[in-house]
Amino acid sequence: MLLIPGIIGSAAPQVGDFESIATVSGTGSNSSVTFSGISTDFQHLQIRWISKSTNTGSFNWLTFNSDTAANYANHYLYGDGSSAIAGADINQSRINLYGSSVTSSQANTFAVHVIDILDYDNTNKFKTVRAFGGQDQNGSGVIFFSSGLWRSTSAINSITITANSDNFNSNSRFYLYGIKG
Amino acid sequence: MPKTYEPIATTTLGSAQATVTFSSIPGTYTDLILVIDGTVAADGSFRLYFNTDTASNYSWTQLYGSGASAASNRGSNDTRISVGRGGTSQSNSIIQVQNYANTTTNKTVIGRGNNSGAIVNANVGLWRSTAAISQIVISNESGNLQTGSVLTLYGIKAA
Repeated sequence: MLLIPGIIGSAAPQVGDFESIATVSGTGSNSSVTFSGISTDFQHLQIRWISKSTNTGSFNWLTFNSDTAANYANHYLYGDGSSAIAGADINQSRINLYGSSVTSSQANTFAVHVIDILDYDNTNKFKTVRAFGGQDQNGSGVIFFSSGLWRSTSAINSITITANSDNFNSNSRFYLYGIKG
Repeated sequence: MPKTYEPIATTTLGSAQATVTFSSIPGTYTDLILVIDGTVAADGSFRLYFNTDTASNYSWTQLYGSGASAASNRGSNDTRISVGRGGTSQSNSIIQVQNYANTTTNKTVIGRGNNSGAIVNANVGLWRSTAAISQIVISNESGNLQTGSVLTLYGIKAA
């Protein structure tokens, strides 16, 4: 590390600061996937996934640590190709990711997502999520942002991603990464 | 610890160019991230096509804010994906190409464009092809990418 007088140096990022933790797949008959046993070795988590529903589901949602009580909230902003729509949900049993799935009628086409969970193991504050995703079907589709809140100070040790009212296509893939502080 | 997030290639433009190409992209990663930082001839979206396919196999949906209002639009049966945003003032775009080497699924791209002088946007784009992506060709609808612009392609590798 080069230190220049008057400037506080910081260590350069090292290989491995962004680490793959686990990968799970859809099976065609599972409506949810879960990352469990998440260690507290990281500062933040990122989940990247592609998903497709086997039926007519319209979005995916998140829950943490098997908590399905009304401890979640989210704000969203999305575009559907003709207008911009904003809204919010409060006292939910999950963090909704609106517009984040495609139906089985769209062959080979999947929705994509990048979700960041900041300070996931901090036990002094509630957990906040930022979500970015979308799907395009050549004539229809949605691009969306969401913020999500879990009103719990518990460290997150499991994450469940659920398809709304149906199952994940067997080519759906979910990747969990950890980011070191 | 295996490398998980690493640069594949970067280019700094020594002169204005209409297109920039990343070719011979290895299929050894899970996702690609394209970062564009620089200027273009005028405010406009970046345009991508993959491999050598310039047929009407692309589509996209955009959400954008112009400083006065938010709106959404789309393009269907296009010859490119519109994604990100550039302008005459310094801007940046970050574009995610997920499961790019998968030969089972069509390819979906999401990206954010940050042109502080004009527009902030978010896009999703579809390439209706199950071919693995080995080449990305980047242009801008407004004209040339300008001297000094930096484009970097990263790869993320899952376990």
